[in-house]
Amino acid sequence: MKLVLGYHTPVLVKKVIEKEMEKLGIKFSYANTGQIELLGEIRDEVYYQLKLNLLEYGVYFQSNQQQQMIQKIKDAIDEFLFFEENYNYNLSTFISNKLNINYNYASNLFSEMTFTTIQSYIILKRIENAKTMILSGEYSLTEIAYKLKYSSIAHLSGQFKKVTGLTASQFEKIISKRNFQVSEKKEI
Amino acid sequence: MKKINIVLAEDDEDDRLFFEEAITQLGLNTEIKFVANGDELMKYLNNHETSFPDLIFLDLNMPRKGGIQCLAEIRAHKKLTGLSIAIYSTSSSDEDIENCFVGGANVYINKPNNIESLKSVLLKVITTNHQYTNSTLNKDNFVMVV
Repeated sequence: MKLVLGYHTPVLVKKVIEKEMEKLGIKFSYANTGQIELLGEIRDEVYYQLKLNLLEYGVYFQSNQQQQMIQKIKDAIDEFLFFEENYNYNLSTFISNKLNINYNYASNLFSEMTFTTIQSYIILKRIENAKTMILSGEYSLTEIAYKLKYSSIAHLSGQFKKVTGLTASQFEKIISKRNFQVSEKKEI
Repeated sequence: MKKINIVLAEDDEDDRLFFEEAITQLGLNTEIKFVANGDELMKYLNNHETSFPDLIFLDLNMPRKGGIQCLAEIRAHKKLTGLSIAIYSTSSSDEDIENCFVGGANVYINKPNNIESLKSVLLKVITTNHQYTNSTLNKDNFVMVV
């Protein structure tokens, strides 16, 4: 049996935080997106333990305000792509409304900090979603193009090739061969 | 953007200079370490377990230990397995490309012969790797030919 997963990252992160905070007995409340407020002081050891535990899940403390803003922009992009009804909006309107910032500012900051434009980040994210769907084996390319709101299969295939340098079927073949090899090794 | 640590494993000195020139011209905040063969690479990685490079560029044909064998050792090693690896090769045969990916490479670069194309290739590889490392993208699916 094969299960196809879809996930909304902020929910996952929230669950992880709650579990880890409870483990260490830290009282906290949620402030804005991606921020938590500790209710009371914690000892340095507890702080480092929390930092380490969260890192295991790939969750880390942002070191400055600009990086925090980049994370907020990425979260907003995830949210934009996750809920289909958002596609009725422009991404720029969505981001500036959601974060209450000027889109030009967001866009310049993003390019400056990550050397990638918001637009190419979105392209990468959409291709990633396409990869997950391809590997699930549950969808045809036509269905994937439709679900991810590409105007046509040609548009999806063209973008896939441009981003990865591979066709969708080459990609599928490589990953399944790789997984086959891994599972063979485990059996030895 | 914080400093990006890069290792290039390459036995040809001209290729190393060419690579260094391209990286320098890009003007990113990078630091490069050069090793001349696979043996040196594995020694370097085993001695730097606390500060792994962000990205390893790996030539396929090197004396002592070749790229494919390094790739296999890195992917079989519990601590090293998460490293990003870009194969840097003169071959563009489909068979080589497929073998490298199946062996666990993330990127396959067919060595460009002019500096402008090398610069654009390196920029694409470094920035894409940065996104895979710093965003909620699934690194298992990070495969790219440039």
